[in-house]
Amino acid sequence: MTSKSTYQTGLEKFNRTNKAVNLLFNLIFILLALLCVIPVIVVLSISFSSEESIRETGYHLLPVAMSAEAYVYIIKQGTMILRALGVSALVTVVGTVLGVLLTASMGYVLSRPNYKLRGFLTWVVFIPMVFNGGLVSSYFINTNLLGLKDSIWALILPLAVSSFNVIICKTFFKSTIPDGLIESAEIDGASQLRIFFSIIMPISLPVIATIGLFLCFAYWNDWFQSMLYIDNQNLYSLQALLNSLMSNVDALAKNAASMGVSYAMLVATMPKESARMAVAILIVLPVAFAYPFFQKYFISGLTVGAVKG
Amino acid sequence: MSSQAEPKKRKRLRMRWHKQDTELTLLALPTTIWYILFSFLPMFGIIIAFKNFKISGGFLSNVFNSPWIGFKNFEFLFKSNDAWIIIRNTIGYNIVFIVLGIILPVLFAIMIGLLHSRKASKVYQTMMFLPYFLSWVVVSAVGWAFLSFDKGIVNQMLVSMGSDPINWYMEPKYWPFFLILLNVWKGLGYGMVIYLATITSIDSTYYEAAVIDGASIWQQTRFITLPMLKLVIVMMFILAVGRIFYTDFGLFYQVTRDSNSLFNVATTIDVMVYKQLKTATVGMASAAAFVQSVLGCATILAANWIVRRIDPDSAMM
Repeated sequence: MTSKSTYQTGLEKFNRTNKAVNLLFNLIFILLALLCVIPVIVVLSISFSSEESIRETGYHLLPVAMSAEAYVYIIKQGTMILRALGVSALVTVVGTVLGVLLTASMGYVLSRPNYKLRGFLTWVVFIPMVFNGGLVSSYFINTNLLGLKDSIWALILPLAVSSFNVIICKTFFKSTIPDGLIESAEIDGASQLRIFFSIIMPISLPVIATIGLFLCFAYWNDWFQSMLYIDNQNLYSLQALLNSLMSNVDALAKNAASMGVSYAMLVATMPKESARMAVAILIVLPVAFAYPFFQKYFISGLTVGAVKG
Repeated sequence: MSSQAEPKKRKRLRMRWHKQDTELTLLALPTTIWYILFSFLPMFGIIIAFKNFKISGGFLSNVFNSPWIGFKNFEFLFKSNDAWIIIRNTIGYNIVFIVLGIILPVLFAIMIGLLHSRKASKVYQTMMFLPYFLSWVVVSAVGWAFLSFDKGIVNQMLVSMGSDPINWYMEPKYWPFFLILLNVWKGLGYGMVIYLATITSIDSTYYEAAVIDGASIWQQTRFITLPMLKLVIVMMFILAVGRIFYTDFGLFYQVTRDSNSLFNVATTIDVMVYKQLKTATVGMASAAAFVQSVLGCATILAANWIVRRIDPDSAMM
């Protein structure tokens, strides 16, 4: 990308599509880009519509009657939603830190050429890439044997490591960290643990950021683990909450009903439809604002993964 | 430990267990334990497909004590008419996804690479990447906003044009189109960026030489860009074929809102396994999961074998 953009000679100017074709291509991409963004705008506009207008006229591309009642409701009475936001944030932070540590340590160990168990551990990482036990047996092991049913760890542990990420790390360590650096630290008497935490991690920020980013998005966007393992509503993440609201929008009132207001009255008065879409916005907004800044790391991670070490 | 003695000592001890090996093993231990618990135990747990497994009590005692029933679970699975619908859906959708998932991203990657303005190209890429970051639950909410019977945007447009509203979630005939469209929509920006990364890494001297020889943009695309992309395309194709028995559960379960009317057009292996697991019909679910794991493993290994013949560096092993 850089070689082309900096290459502003006459040739670059001369060798390009004519203006009409360029215009046509631009129009096509404007259309495609809008198709990709409009759905989010629709959700945003529904979340800002007044409940009454939704009940009477349905959903619209732009709000018929603007209202922030959904967000006011969330701030004032949405204990369930705020709790879910907390669960999502906790799972994302803990999961990402844990996942990065587990992934990078394994990647580092596999990148050490003289390590005696390297061959064995390479198989440990490789076999799950081609064969897996499938959903049924994983489910029974996680619930019956490991006791993860209705535990927050069910949302964190199963997603922490992926062999793909381990291999990205290994490739990075192998190709960018000079052997001499590690050897001189070994000669100075540093333990491998110390080398990993004080030398490898700090100088490997690009790959750590990439893996961390993959994990962050995976945890924030995960709903499947909740669907499998979580029945307790107090442990719902935002995704799980939205999922349950999609099948039953009245569920929002259940929790609030215990706070003094009667259930029937709450179901009748609360902004259900717009609050549901406001939950979707709470999920999408952080991602939509964060990813343009991290896109570079993301793409570099995807292309590094294609290179085998 | 003196620095001069170290290399000699290392050579002598190369075959012996060293302090560093202990430390590295300790460092790898947590991840290894993770792999044992979350990857390898389920691999052995797969034998429940051949057992009459009951869901009560401890897992291990159940696995050991439940009676072997041979291929009974598989007989049940393949005697039901559903099995063939499900396999047809899984493979059918995947074939369409693989073909469109290569043609469209390659086409748009080439087109976006030809835009005059780099800035515009960046903006389009960023916007088109957005759907990739939306979870299927959110996509399902978006779908509901458009397709809901009484409130949906599409039905409102139909009514305002004088036609009858359609109960979209009850009409199977539209759904193959919707599912394919959504899959393309979600993956297009991602695929485009992958191919664009390859295109921008092509040495610009090829194009310079071509221009001096009087090649048109079309000829440059046809004889430089496409041939340079061939390897990546073949690789992506083979890897996708290797996963032909796996589908995106969220697309087929969440987006269709698990509507029973759509069973014939939207149930894939993953959806069936999940539903049977939730209704506690473990026998059939474990048999289907077993078939998926084994066939999936075979296709991935076959795909990897082919990759290695084409380009050894890109193979997994």
